[in-house]
Amino acid sequence: MENINILVEKELRDILKKYDYPRSAILPMLHFIQKKYGSISKKDVEIIADLIGINPTEIESVLSFYSMFNTGSSAKYIIYACSNISCEFKGAGEIITFLENRLHIKVGQTTGDGKFALRTVECLAACSHSPVIQINDIYYEHMTIEKMEKIISEMEK
Amino acid sequence: MDEKIILKYTDIPEQKNIDTYIKNGGYKALQRALSEYKPDEIIHLVDKSGLRGRGGAGFPTGKKWSFIPQNIPLPKYLVCNTDEGEPGTFKDREIIEGDPHLVIEGIAISSYAIGAHKAYIYIRGEFAKGAEILTRAINQAKEKGFIGENILGLGFDFDIDVYRGAGAYICGEETALLDSIEGKRAMPRLKPPHPVAKGLYSSPTVINNVETLANVPRIIENSAEWFAGIGTPHSTGTKIFCISGDVNNPGVYEVPMGTPLKELLEMAGGIKDGKKLKAFFPGGPSTPILTSAHLNVGMDFESLKKIGSMLGSGAIIVLDEDRSIIKTVARLTEFYRNESCGKCSPCREGTDWLLKVYQRIIDNKGKKEDIDLLLNICEDIYGTTFCPLGDAATMPVISSIKYFRKEYEEYINGKCSNINN
Repeated sequence: MENINILVEKELRDILKKYDYPRSAILPMLHFIQKKYGSISKKDVEIIADLIGINPTEIESVLSFYSMFNTGSSAKYIIYACSNISCEFKGAGEIITFLENRLHIKVGQTTGDGKFALRTVECLAACSHSPVIQINDIYYEHMTIEKMEKIISEMEK
Repeated sequence: MDEKIILKYTDIPEQKNIDTYIKNGGYKALQRALSEYKPDEIIHLVDKSGLRGRGGAGFPTGKKWSFIPQNIPLPKYLVCNTDEGEPGTFKDREIIEGDPHLVIEGIAISSYAIGAHKAYIYIRGEFAKGAEILTRAINQAKEKGFIGENILGLGFDFDIDVYRGAGAYICGEETALLDSIEGKRAMPRLKPPHPVAKGLYSSPTVINNVETLANVPRIIENSAEWFAGIGTPHSTGTKIFCISGDVNNPGVYEVPMGTPLKELLEMAGGIKDGKKLKAFFPGGPSTPILTSAHLNVGMDFESLKKIGSMLGSGAIIVLDEDRSIIKTVARLTEFYRNESCGKCSPCREGTDWLLKVYQRIIDNKGKKEDIDLLLNICEDIYGTTFCPLGDAATMPVISSIKYFRKEYEEYINGKCSNINN
């Protein structure tokens, strides 16, 4: 998929201008592309590399280091369920099992219609509100199966 | 002392807005710092207050600042570490979302003290809301002249940038954080040189935690003596404890350093369902686990060190009497395995091996020798890696075997049917 058009390239150049040290623009550029398109393609990587003036493999190397970037086909809603101990003690496991059954996928998979992807993540630093689920950029706290069902059916519409 | 220092206004929703912040006395400390003190006088003041880093290591803040070389022709940087990721820690999020200007004011004063004209707030990628709140607050501060050129007409130029991470626990390690801003794979650097000598873009850099920096305006507003009078002689001020796990009211509790764990547990409403305390991590899983025998320990750097643990980030994770120590530590081992950056082989291979051993114990295929094997692996990891992640991974393993060896043995012998959680 061709992600970047001329307007986007201009926005990438604006990000680059903000930094005295060009490589510092890599993460902000990757965030920008992901926000706009949901995932980052090979072509995007090449354009970023070209703007910064380094080998695309260096961008790939940064990209693959971080867990938040998507490179494959992206779901409309990516559900990140915290499974570390503070959430686990408050029932994160049951919520994850509920999501697997409800969406008919396993952790790590995406639904056939590309709407939902389910992942488990490490501590989201919101443990007083556990169990915590993050969907795209938003935290959903004090999660229960009832609340989860409501959120999913709302998103299914 | 009932009065909070950092979380004083975080419950007021409008505190995020600069007008409310100013109405509540905000930015007076910055005005005072720039007009009444020379940079080195602020360093001296903070040193005298006894403030120590709140991110985990507890290094004296004023001392760290004093290491910044002043007579070299390089820019200096201040980085506010907001990569809060130690499991069970959620205080920095409360501060930046509840009182972002307090952090910004702290960063401005601290930057002035070390001679930095540029600061970065490095915030974990998942905190999208926090990054937005901070960016809005920075823009408000720019409009009012608290950030920018010639701040308040007092001759200090200063700018802040919010820099988002993208999901990697290791970025909370200060040198990995610097590599992350530099657009590299965030792998820790070998120290020395320390960041104060050679940090961001090879320039002298101070990296401080959010809570540490938020204390700075309060020290200027009140006095070094006032701050030093709170807490214990060597752990001054308050500490924000994050209590999670098997308690009735998980949350953030700001109390003077040295407050006994028992009191904190009472503040958190006690153990859930009327159960008994089995164990707790006093400062996140990277600090050795303690047991119900340590209920009276004072929560400060020295008292915890004395009994073989650490204050860490102040993340108290509570385990009730029915929790399985083995399953809990196995999950934490998985965490360290997932978050090891892979640079140092003892950590990369060691955490993976530890997890494999835990998995076979949980699958009832454990052998009696596995307990000593776990300890041997830890021995080979400890002290052999660039950064503290490797050491941290050994903490829950070694300490849990120390206090709960019998539970390990029973689990392996298949006699542990009553503990399933």
